[in-house]
Amino acid sequence: MKDRKIRVIVAKPGLDGHDRGAKVIARAFRDAGMEVIYTGLRQTPEQIVETAIQEDADAIGVSILSGAHEFYFARIIELLREKKSDDVLVFGGGVIPDSDVPKLHSLGVSAVFGPGTPTGECVSWLQATVQKKREEEQGESIPS
Amino acid sequence: MKKLSEGVLRGDRRSIARAITLIESGGADAESLMRDLYPKTGRAHVIGITGSPGSGKSTLVDKLISEYTKHGKRCGVIAVDPSSPFSGGAILADRIRMQGHAENPNVFIRSMGSRGALGGISTGTKDTAMILDASGCDVVLIETVGVGQSEIDIIRIADTVCLVLVPGMGDDIQAMKAGIMEIADVFAVNKSDLHGSGKVVAEIRMALDLSRARDWFPPIVQTVAETGVGISELVSAFTTHNEYLNKSEAGKTKRREKIIYDVESILLKKISSFIESSWSDLRTDDILQALENRDIDPYAVSETILATYFPQLGRGIER
Repeated sequence: MKDRKIRVIVAKPGLDGHDRGAKVIARAFRDAGMEVIYTGLRQTPEQIVETAIQEDADAIGVSILSGAHEFYFARIIELLREKKSDDVLVFGGGVIPDSDVPKLHSLGVSAVFGPGTPTGECVSWLQATVQKKREEEQGESIPS
Repeated sequence: MKKLSEGVLRGDRRSIARAITLIESGGADAESLMRDLYPKTGRAHVIGITGSPGSGKSTLVDKLISEYTKHGKRCGVIAVDPSSPFSGGAILADRIRMQGHAENPNVFIRSMGSRGALGGISTGTKDTAMILDASGCDVVLIETVGVGQSEIDIIRIADTVCLVLVPGMGDDIQAMKAGIMEIADVFAVNKSDLHGSGKVVAEIRMALDLSRARDWFPPIVQTVAETGVGISELVSAFTTHNEYLNKSEAGKTKRREKIIYDVESILLKKISSFIESSWSDLRTDDILQALENRDIDPYAVSETILATYFPQLGRGIER
């Protein structure tokens, strides 16, 4: 594939309506040349995972400020596995205590970006990680 | 590629999604995929929804999906949003209005960036519509970028074009202008609960009365997408138009024109990429310098290149 863009879902699960962070990061990804599929507020994990599949996304970025991060991340990753789509990266940000981060990593969350992270850091992490993932896939023969 | 096309024909969602990515990314595999799928296309009713930004296209599409699926139809949706001319990135957010259908197995929604195309859709939109068609969708709804007056590429793809208008967008002269007003097979006057919607209907009707006689007179449907008013009328207008295309001489002509255009655009794309690469192979610093010095002219240079690859074209420039 000659010109494959990075496609990323930016999603807000649950009832937490604070979407400023999600909008800022969506804008940063856009300005880095990515296609950002913005789902809007109050999404269920089921909706988020289905969206990622239909949009053939490389990654799902989840913004959570409600404290329910462990539940939502776990459920999203579980659903991705069920639907044989766990090659989709899952990362997140928002108000997530440092002490919870190791647990999230162990669930399969690739990265967690807390408040104050420069957007450039998220952008370069995503670019590098997607690049690496695609190279590995290429190695395993073209998925079809 | 065989495996991917088989997945698409089975309606497997991951395969459909990957096939669309392949088309958007381009390359040789994309062509072989489309060749595999082509015999299975031509069954879905492809409907284009176009209109200015904020006219309610996404909300209308959301309600159209509900109406079609209620009648047991499988729905494919392509929602195009603009790509940045600077970064190439895009915020694809039409889906926000349609997320209620995200989990419906009879609905497949895909967002696309326009990726530099200026006609309201992207270059991959047509093939994406064909993928959804081949995957078993009865209806494919294509929501264009929010358009102005002249982005009309949707007529090359859609069987039925619906132009969405809203009250308060200008006087009756707007409705008389050439361009987008001429491409609609069905008009939807959305936000019809707002003041002035009757006036919009009257203006469209007047503009249509003045246009040349034809056997399909575009119906004008008043809708309030937010609450669902007028949606079933809109769907029946689409269906009537499709039936008209299937049985009329005009419909046959339209299908033929599309096929001719399809081959032409594939040829143009191939020739243009061939020419691009041969020009980049052939150009030397000497040639560029001679051009800069005005010793030779660009017409002569292109003539030489054409004569090399297409001898029948190299007859010399008529002066």
